[in-house]
Amino acid sequence: MSTAQDVTDATFADMVLNSSDTIMVDFWAEWCGPCRAVSPILDAIAAEHADKIKIVKLNVDDNPQMAMKYQITSIPAMKVFRGGEVVKTVIGAKPKPAIEADLAEFLV
Amino acid sequence: MREIIIIGSGPAGYTAAIYAARANLRPLLIASSVEAGGELMKTTEVENYPGFADGIQGPDLMMAMQAQAERFGTEIVLDDVTKLELDGEVKRVTLGNGDVYEALAVIFATGSAYRKLGIDDEDRMSGHGVSWCATCDGFFFRQKTIAVVGGGDSAMEEATFLTRFAEKVYVIHRKDSLRASKTMQDRAFNDPKIEFLWNKEVVHIYGDELVTGIGVMDTVDGTESTIDLSGLFIAIGADPRTHLVHGQLDLNPDGTIAVAGRSSRTNITGVFAAGDVIDPTYRQAVTAAGSGTVAALDAEHYLAGLPKELLAKAESQSVTV
Repeated sequence: MSTAQDVTDATFADMVLNSSDTIMVDFWAEWCGPCRAVSPILDAIAAEHADKIKIVKLNVDDNPQMAMKYQITSIPAMKVFRGGEVVKTVIGAKPKPAIEADLAEFLV
Repeated sequence: MREIIIIGSGPAGYTAAIYAARANLRPLLIASSVEAGGELMKTTEVENYPGFADGIQGPDLMMAMQAQAERFGTEIVLDDVTKLELDGEVKRVTLGNGDVYEALAVIFATGSAYRKLGIDDEDRMSGHGVSWCATCDGFFFRQKTIAVVGGGDSAMEEATFLTRFAEKVYVIHRKDSLRASKTMQDRAFNDPKIEFLWNKEVVHIYGDELVTGIGVMDTVDGTESTIDLSGLFIAIGADPRTHLVHGQLDLNPDGTIAVAGRSSRTNITGVFAAGDVIDPTYRQAVTAAGSGTVAALDAEHYLAGLPKELLAKAESQSVTV
């Protein structure tokens, strides 16, 4: 079970867009094997860099509006938000070092 | 040091682990960090694996194989191998987290990786309409027009699966007949949402943020045309995943690892290979499982012939170095 908080269509504005933190949203679904594989890696990154980045999860089955708004066509898709804007997109399950490299600018 | 390390967690790797574990070789299986379970984790119904009369979901089959391997003492590590040193009696395996493991025998069962079309914008549009995984991404193409490229079983399976979501599914194949099995072909031919485009090759992917269309070229007369669509699923086969052993293990001209006759023995003593990584032809879950069995038995035989002092080392110091 992931340690990340869930975000929904209803809470997206509050938790992500209006947040002053750097927030990564993990778009996922129950039926997506690669999403399950990448989830513990994201948990680990969140734990190791708790002061730099927050990671929340959005279930695309239950929250189609945000999935559509952010034009998700492939999951897992991880989008980093700062000040309400998407500043980085990472797509696909990758090993931890690869995701850390993708997120390097936010982790320093 | 250990007796045996198995690299790969598809049917070949897990079956090798089941056999090696039951032979008391206490195998360590490196399963990969995000691709554990291999190719079958991305499939849905598996209808041709013997023993499952009503079919089984690919991920369920792999979880069952993993549980069976663990039941007999296989230790599983969810990480990726970054370096392999296979020369000499003791083989060294380095993982992404920096851990190094040593063993007297290695079974290499890394399977294969999806082939790309090799055209402009394929990588850029990956995840933006270009996909290699229908079960992962089909959901996002409800009521859309999409295409599947390829003529094999996996292309037919993807096309048929995608009709659950899409309004229309083109199957684009560069020849005028399919490689897919009769059952899969019939299923696709009889599906009203599927339209076949024969003798066509994808040459362009159009779209800025998201895929909006593709350009196809007729392989017979060379004419080009454009198709408006929102998704392109690529299922044109896979290549053996051998980058870790380049320069160490001999390869065949087709890219698979060369093994001696019907065995799993590579050119390096104590190194065995199994599954899709040695098989250019059949590439089924059940042939990979059989191949994993062969590798475990070959490795067991090899270990039995090693000097007792060496084996004693493996038995007494079965710890991470």
